[in-house]
Amino acid sequence: MKEKYYLGVDVGSVSTNLVLINDKLEVKAYVYERTRGEPIKAVQNGLKLLVEKMGREVPVFGAGTTGSARQLSATIVGADVVRNEITAHAVAAIHEVPNVRTVLEIGGQDSKIIIIRDGVVVDFAMNTVCAAGTGSFLDHQAQRLGIPIEDFGDMALKAEKGTRIAGRCTVFAESDMIHKQQVGHPIEEIIYGLCQALVRNYLNNLAKGKEIEAPIVFQGGVAANKGIKRAFEEAIQHEIIIPTFYNVMGAIGAAILAKEKTDRTGKTNFRGFEAAEFSFQTSSFECHHCSNHCEVVSMKLDGKTVANWGGRCGRWEIGEVERLDFTVS
Amino acid sequence: MRLTFPHMGNAYIFVGDLLRRLDVEFIVPPKTSTRTIELGVRYAPELACFPLKVTLGNFIEGIEAGADAGIMIGGVGPCRFGYYAETQRRILRQIGYDIPMYILEPPTAHPLKFYRVFKQLCPKKTLRHLWKELRISWKKAVFIEKIEAYALKVRCFEKDLGSTTKAKKRAISLLENAFSETEIEKAFEEGLGLLNQVEKEDRVAPKIGIVGEFFILLEPYVNFDIETILGEMGFYIERSVFLTDWINPGTKAPVTGHSKDEVLNAAAPYLSHFVGGDGRQTIGHSILFIKEGFEGIVHLLPFTCMPELIAKSILPKISYDFDIPFLYLVIDEQTGRAGIQTRIEAFADLVRQRHLKNILPKKDKINWTQKGKIQPVGVNIR
Repeated sequence: MKEKYYLGVDVGSVSTNLVLINDKLEVKAYVYERTRGEPIKAVQNGLKLLVEKMGREVPVFGAGTTGSARQLSATIVGADVVRNEITAHAVAAIHEVPNVRTVLEIGGQDSKIIIIRDGVVVDFAMNTVCAAGTGSFLDHQAQRLGIPIEDFGDMALKAEKGTRIAGRCTVFAESDMIHKQQVGHPIEEIIYGLCQALVRNYLNNLAKGKEIEAPIVFQGGVAANKGIKRAFEEAIQHEIIIPTFYNVMGAIGAAILAKEKTDRTGKTNFRGFEAAEFSFQTSSFECHHCSNHCEVVSMKLDGKTVANWGGRCGRWEIGEVERLDFTVS
Repeated sequence: MRLTFPHMGNAYIFVGDLLRRLDVEFIVPPKTSTRTIELGVRYAPELACFPLKVTLGNFIEGIEAGADAGIMIGGVGPCRFGYYAETQRRILRQIGYDIPMYILEPPTAHPLKFYRVFKQLCPKKTLRHLWKELRISWKKAVFIEKIEAYALKVRCFEKDLGSTTKAKKRAISLLENAFSETEIEKAFEEGLGLLNQVEKEDRVAPKIGIVGEFFILLEPYVNFDIETILGEMGFYIERSVFLTDWINPGTKAPVTGHSKDEVLNAAAPYLSHFVGGDGRQTIGHSILFIKEGFEGIVHLLPFTCMPELIAKSILPKISYDFDIPFLYLVIDEQTGRAGIQTRIEAFADLVRQRHLKNILPKKDKINWTQKGKIQPVGVNIR
C-alpha cells in the first residue's frame, strides 16, 4: 500500500513552517523559514522546498494550518482543518511525549504555557501586552551586541553565572544591558543574564499561578537557544525535554489534526503542490454597511474571490464558521 | 435642549423610550464603532478605565449629531464609575463642548439629587408621571433582555448559522417599536415566537458562563461579540449581567434567574464584602454557574478595572477548587481581534476536550429535545 502523507503549515509572525508526516505520524520532511512579512510568498516558497525534498508525486491526504496567518495559509493550500496555535502545539507535544504535563512554547512574538493533564489541555496562557519574553527580544539584543543569534546559546553556556538584567520591558532591558557593558561585565555573563531575564519574565508573568509539573516540554524557535534551556532548568530545578522537531511543532500538530479530520471525512481539500505557482492577490476594504466599519481582507485567485475575512458579522465570510462536535473527538 | 447619552448594548432603547414618554428631546449617538473609540481614547486620560473612553466617544458623536446636553448615571464608588460623568463633563468642556451634564445619582443613595435633576429635565412632570412611564419603559427593557438571554441559550441548537441572531434582531426591533403596554406584551410574545421558529437541530451543547464587568459584557462591540462566537461554535451561553438586573439589583424576577442575595451568598466563602463595581457578583455568578454544571467560564474585564481585578485574583482559586477552566480576557483599546479569537478558539477546544473525556457528570449536559427545560423567562435549567 502506498504511504499516505499529511501536510501541516504554521505561519507565525517570524517563521513559516511546513511539515509532511506519514500515517504513522512520523515527520518525513520539514521546512523552517522566515516569514519576512510576506506570508503568501513564504507558504508558496515552503511548498516548493517540500517538493524539492520529496518530489511532486507525494500523495497528500490532508492538510492543516495554524499560526497567526492560519486563515490565509488555509486558503492557499486548501486546508481541511484550521486550528489555533495552542491546540496545535498541545497536540504535537502530546504526540511526542505522551505523558507531558507542561508545555513551554516561545516563538517569535508570542509565548505560551500549556498545562496538560491525562492528555487533555486543562489550562493555558498567552502573553498579552508585551513581547519582552519572546524570540524577537533575543533577536534584537543579539543584533545590538553584534552576535549571530545562532551563537547566542553557546555563548550563554560559557558563562559561569548571569548578570542580573531587568527583563520586564525590552526598552529597560536594553538600557540596563548597556549599563552592564559600560561597567565591564563580560559579554557571556550579560548574554546569560538576558536568558535569565527572559525566563524570569516568562515564569513571573505568563506562568504565574500555573502548576509547572514534569514532564516539561520546551518547544518553539527559542528552544534552539541552549542558554534559555539552561536558565529554565536552573529556575524550575527540573530537567526539560526539547523535542527533535522543536521548531516546527505547531505544523506537526496541524498535520496530525488534518489526519484525524480526513480519516473521518475521507476526503481532502488540498489544492496540491501546484498551489505554489498560483497567483493569489489580497486587497482590503472598509465595509460601510454598518457603523462597525470592519476592515475586510479579500483574497483572489485568478480574479475570483476565494476568501474574505476580518468582518464581524459574517456578511463577507465565504467559508463557514466551524461548529464544534461534542460527541466525537 | 437635546440630550444625548452613551451606548451600552441595547440600553439606548430603554433610555430613549423613557425620555420620549417624558417629552424630553434627545439624540441617540451613532452606534459604538472604531471611530467612537478613537475619539474617546484621544481625549481621555490614558489610564482611565476603558468604558470611560468609549462612552466619552459616544458623547462627542452625540454632540456632533446635534445634541447640546448630556445625561449620565452617577454612582457611589468605590470604583471609578461614579466619577465618569463629572470627568467627562470637564473633558468635553476642555475640547470645546461646554454642555450641561445631567447626572442621575442612584435614587436610593441620593434621593434629593435625583429629584432635582428630574425636575430640571421635566419641569412639568411629577414623580407620579415618572413612575407611571418608567413602569412601561421598564417592562420593555426587561422583555428585550429576556429575548437576549433566551437567544444566548438556544443559539447553539440553530440549524443554519446566524438564524438565531437574525431572529433576535427582529424580535428586539419589534419591541423597540412597540409603544403601549399591550403592544409591548404582544411584541414580546411575537419575538419569542420568532426565536422558537428558528429551525433547531438536536445536539449536545456544553454550557459556558460569561462573567465580568457590566459595560464590557453588555456592549458587543467592545467584547468582540464573544457570546455569539461561542454560541455559534455550539455552546449554550448564560451571562451574569443584564441591564435591568444591574439598575434594579433588588428585583424579584432577575433576568439571570438569580437574585442578588443568592449571588452574594454564593460568593461569600471567597469574598464576603463589597469591593466596588461587580467584583462580588463576578465571584458569586461563577460559583452558581459551576454548581449548575457549566463546563467553562469566561471572565471579561477592562484594563485597570479595580473591582474586577480583585475578582480576577480570586477566580484561580475557584478554578482550582472546582476543577473548572476559566478564560480571562482583559479588554481595552489595545486589544487585538486576532489575539482574542485565538484565545477563544483555544478555550473552546479545551472545554470540548474535557467534555469528550467526560470530566463532568453526565446529568448536567443538555440538548434541544429537553427544550421544555429552557425557559425564556430567566429561569435556569434544572
